[in-house]
Amino acid sequence: MSDYLQMWKDLGMDVETHDALCQVLPTAFGDTFLSMENRPEGMGFYDFVVSEIHGIRPSEMIAAQKEGKKVVGTFCVYVPDEVINAAGALFSGLCGGSQFWVPGGEKYLPKNTCPLVKASIGARFDRTCPFFRIVDMIVGETTCDAKKKAYEILGEDVPMYIMDMPQMKRDIDIQKWADEIKMFAAKMEELTGNTITLEGLNDAIHVINEKRKALARLFDARKNADNIPISGLDALLVMQIAFFDDPVRCAEMANKLADELEQRNKDGVSVFPAGTKRILLTGTPLAIPNWKLHHIIETSGAAVVCEEMCTGTRYFENLVDEDNASLEDAYMALSKRYMKNNCACFTPNGGRIDDILRMAKEYNVDGVIDTNLKFCCLYDTERRSVEQAMNEAGIPFLGIETDYTDSDAEQLRTRIEAFVEMLG
Amino acid sequence: MNYIGIDIGSTCAKTTVLDEHEQVLFQDVCPTGWSSVDTAENIRKQLVQAGFDPQENVVVATGYGRVAIPYSDKTVTEITCHCAGAVYLFGHQTMGVIDIGGQDTKIIEVAGGMVKNFMMNDKCSAGTGRFLEVMANTLSVSPDQLTVLAAGGSDTSISSLCTVFAESEVISLIGRGEKKENIAFAVVDSIVRKVASQASRMDLAGKPVCLTGGLCDSEYIRKALSKELKTDIETSEQARYAGSIGAALFAKKKGKKS
Repeated sequence: MSDYLQMWKDLGMDVETHDALCQVLPTAFGDTFLSMENRPEGMGFYDFVVSEIHGIRPSEMIAAQKEGKKVVGTFCVYVPDEVINAAGALFSGLCGGSQFWVPGGEKYLPKNTCPLVKASIGARFDRTCPFFRIVDMIVGETTCDAKKKAYEILGEDVPMYIMDMPQMKRDIDIQKWADEIKMFAAKMEELTGNTITLEGLNDAIHVINEKRKALARLFDARKNADNIPISGLDALLVMQIAFFDDPVRCAEMANKLADELEQRNKDGVSVFPAGTKRILLTGTPLAIPNWKLHHIIETSGAAVVCEEMCTGTRYFENLVDEDNASLEDAYMALSKRYMKNNCACFTPNGGRIDDILRMAKEYNVDGVIDTNLKFCCLYDTERRSVEQAMNEAGIPFLGIETDYTDSDAEQLRTRIEAFVEMLG
Repeated sequence: MNYIGIDIGSTCAKTTVLDEHEQVLFQDVCPTGWSSVDTAENIRKQLVQAGFDPQENVVVATGYGRVAIPYSDKTVTEITCHCAGAVYLFGHQTMGVIDIGGQDTKIIEVAGGMVKNFMMNDKCSAGTGRFLEVMANTLSVSPDQLTVLAAGGSDTSISSLCTVFAESEVISLIGRGEKKENIAFAVVDSIVRKVASQASRMDLAGKPVCLTGGLCDSEYIRKALSKELKTDIETSEQARYAGSIGAALFAKKKGKKS
């Protein structure tokens, strides 16, 4: 990584501890990614972003702050980036994906809390992640219990704004989410001192829609039944970086990569040998740098061709109606799109089962692996209905619960290899 | 050409050699010890001595030490191998297979002679051979003796699933002057209940259930597990070799050296 030491010091970071992270990350990335063969050229940009992960984008955000802009941190794909963008602020996903931050989080949270939440708290309080230091405000949401209570703790150290997420999907819930988005817009106006205009919000909707379309194109290229133009690991990396990159650049880079993947499909250029088993991975998000499961699957004779996850289809599927006639209409249009997302925090959540069945078909998969982070009781419990639906549809299914440590890697490998053997 | 299957488990390494007609020519079990690499070399020497040089026969390796066998032509997971071995030993195309291994327990649903679904304990050593071994050690008996003792005990239970906590429970039972038979009973009961609760999550109703792995020799465990699962569990003297038999069958399927 280039020299960002002064920037990290100015952010009040614990640079000594942070150094330990900076030392292990390049090795982890090299072992996992750079060992893969025939990667698309378009991945060069993403490799570069990872190599400068705690420097390049943070320095852009700090430069924006110097111009008077605000940076807002988020933890969930239900928080509308459009509103943040329309208020002239930058957004950054904050979910922690490394075991490095977990012990720090355990100082504040019960041990049996999901590693994503523990890592996020640890990253802020241990002062070892620049993104967590840069943000002027963090937007939380009432999705899972672990996050709800963790936000109270986070609030001791950083300004928080909480959006009250409905837990059902009736009309009144969609109206309620539109109201929440409107209140959030008022909060963003207060934070930035800018007024959110109809034109500004319509523009922001367009920008984020273009980003969604680009990511969707990339995923469309993964649907090809005869060719795997990109590894699941690389596709996951694109998604992980999309959470904190500038949305316009994100769309541009994803489109460029999608061009290359479409050409690869035409030319029959695959990153896996013919006959490699195609896996749909479903479940809880894989925040950067959580590459564990993809790496095990893709070194066990299979390829991940789709992620039904927040760091996957939930991030880009469905567009928001553009050209709204009023702000009220725009808030409702946003609510309608976001409420189409199917997260296990909703009840009932049959839409997620439908999504998985549809994706299994669209992406021509041989099997479904459903994974949840340890102590995520929502996804863990929902596994039963996912498994039942897969059994009924005759789609081979494997359930996996894991965390950020490597202690279960070999056990997981045995189960995943056995699953791949079972696929024939 | 003969076909060699080697199953390096966490506790024991099993070897089976089959001929073209799938008849067993050679079988051996030895402790895995602390080095899978050394174990693999010892097995190789033994095979050479018995006239089955791995260089001239097809070798498939399985078990958690499967990658430590430099002379194997292929590796296959123990789940797939135990399924194939159980089909060979018991002759059922549809069945449930319970393999109580040294450090994990597998429940396999077999349909059409193939793995249809499986489940492995992932959290800890509860309900595994290791649990039995640790408790036997605490009681100063061998694992085999422990299961024999258990047959004469009753009315005692261990509530902790964690091996470390269960061990302290056993120690306090010893301290209380509880009969060794009763403590042994509690130990086996704990394993059986844990395995049965795992099996209850699989669709085994109405199907034959077969026991493979290191604990298959114990008639008491077979009976206790049969009672808990409400079915007469089958096993065989060769069931501890199921993984290596399966591996040898995959060697035959492979047919030639790679």
